[in-house]
Amino acid sequence: MTSDSIDIINAFALLTNFVILPALSYGSQLALGALAVTLVYSVLRFSNFAQGDSMAFGTMIVILLTGFMISRGWTISGIPTALLVIPIAIVFTSMYLLTMDRLIYRHYRKIKAKSITIVMSSIGVMFVTGGIVRFVLGATAQKFEDGERFIFSVREFKAYTGLEQGIAFKTSQFLTITIAFLLVAFVFYFLQKTKTGKAMRAYSDNKELALLSGIDPDKMVQITWLLVAALTTIAGALYGLDKGFRTSTISFITLTNFCLCHCRRYWLSNWGNCRCFLSCIF
Amino acid sequence: MAYLEGKNLVASYGVVPILHECSVEVEKGELAVIVGPNGAGKSTVMRVLLGMLEATSGSVTLDGKDISMLSTQDRISHGLAFVPQTKNVFPSMTVEENLQMGGFIRQDDINKTIEEVYALFPILYDKRKQLAEQLSGGQRQQVAFGRAMMTKPSIMLLDEPTAGVSPIVMDEIFSNILDVRNAGMAVLMVEQNAQQALNIADKGYVLVSGRNEHTGTGKELINNPEVRKKFLGG
Ligand SMILES: Nc1ncnc2c1ncn2[C@@H]1O[C@H](COP(=O)(O)OP(=O)(O)O)[C@@H](O)[C@H]1O
Ligand SMILES: [Mg+2]
Repeated sequence: MTSDSIDIINAFALLTNFVILPALSYGSQLALGALAVTLVYSVLRFSNFAQGDSMAFGTMIVILLTGFMISRGWTISGIPTALLVIPIAIVFTSMYLLTMDRLIYRHYRKIKAKSITIVMSSIGVMFVTGGIVRFVLGATAQKFEDGERFIFSVREFKAYTGLEQGIAFKTSQFLTITIAFLLVAFVFYFLQKTKTGKAMRAYSDNKELALLSGIDPDKMVQITWLLVAALTTIAGALYGLDKGFRTSTISFITLTNFCLCHCRRYWLSNWGNCRCFLSCIF
Repeated sequence: MAYLEGKNLVASYGVVPILHECSVEVEKGELAVIVGPNGAGKSTVMRVLLGMLEATSGSVTLDGKDISMLSTQDRISHGLAFVPQTKNVFPSMTVEENLQMGGFIRQDDINKTIEEVYALFPILYDKRKQLAEQLSGGQRQQVAFGRAMMTKPSIMLLDEPTAGVSPIVMDEIFSNILDVRNAGMAVLMVEQNAQQALNIADKGYVLVSGRNEHTGTGKELINNPEVRKKFLGG
């Protein structure tokens, strides 16, 4: 090989290490949050400003459970404990979101409030949720990654390829990208192919006709929150594993999520979710 | 007692009274038509019968059983089906998905019923993968009709099923409605095309300002000089 082509490969390795991989994993975390915002917007018809703080809430539960598991020594080497506790964390986050829906959003649905009214109340939920998280965890940064740090490190990569520039592939990055991809594929499949998923789209399309078809509106709302809780908790956990946790930063994610939700109008179309996913990544 | 009976229905939107002691009834194997000027409360009667709007007083009975207290969903599972006047399809879903949603509450195999709907409206079979929003007005009405058929209802309520369709499609839809009636279903329909609708109706109601102004068989109403003058254009 000429030194020119080696230079290009080196440059590519550099780019991958510092731009492509971090961007892919950050994009994946945002994509999950954006998907959650999109779901709420499509089914419940409001922009959920509490999304970022719900994510913080989910992450908080993950941190607490991880701490508990580690203190008991209930860990599996090589796998971040945070991942093991995600299912339980999803249950808690679901309960929290469903409670908020019961206490606040359901009332506004019942009186057929304007969308902006519900958006404002979601800002209230945002402050309350953020408050709870800060109260429990404090405002300092938290690290809760305890598993293997790298799939391969810069040194391993250099030794293996003999290149000057190295690529480090963090476990958390690998997990983030894989899980996000699987989740987006799952949501896509769920909405397009399953009876319940189709009913959710029907409800989002035409609430009155959904009612006339015997689709239970309360159930659709609940399923939406369950999906949101799952997406949110997983996104939060992955974000935390990748970047560490800080309540104030994670709250800002709401805004980023919203920017991405320009894609929301495509969400039902066949490529909508993929497009959303791709545009989040790039 | 008739199969479906709405008796002395009084209803209002907020404080604005719309229906004043309005009554309608329909038997199995019978086509009843409600006609009347715009804003008379025809759609409102339908909404009350379906439980989408609560009546202040009066009762709704189905097969002798009082269903006034049931939710819309429960009435659907008791055999009522409704095609609303507007927004009667799921626009961003395909024709086939629209039909599947119509059969949402059924636990048994709905594919046979979907085939039956396709047999009734062959054009829908050709368009089954298309989104409902991409269909013409007539095709959309057919989807709406097909969606309502999916629960295998015992009574069908239709709110202006021929609104915005060409005369040919209107005849087609009317003939489908007659088929459904001949199969033993009860059909209650609101229609703007009063002349044509009363022609095929077994029974007709003329509704004005939320009150029963005239009641009779289709023929009687068509031949009633007052009805002719006021509602059928002479
Ligand atoms: N959702 C609503 N809120 C308030 N008023 C309504 C509503 N729907 C209909 N109305 C009023 O009720 C009256 C009867 O309406 P409707 O039953 O739709 O008449 P029709 O179907 O006979 O044309 C009209 O004056 C209409 O303006
Ligand atoms: Mg009407």
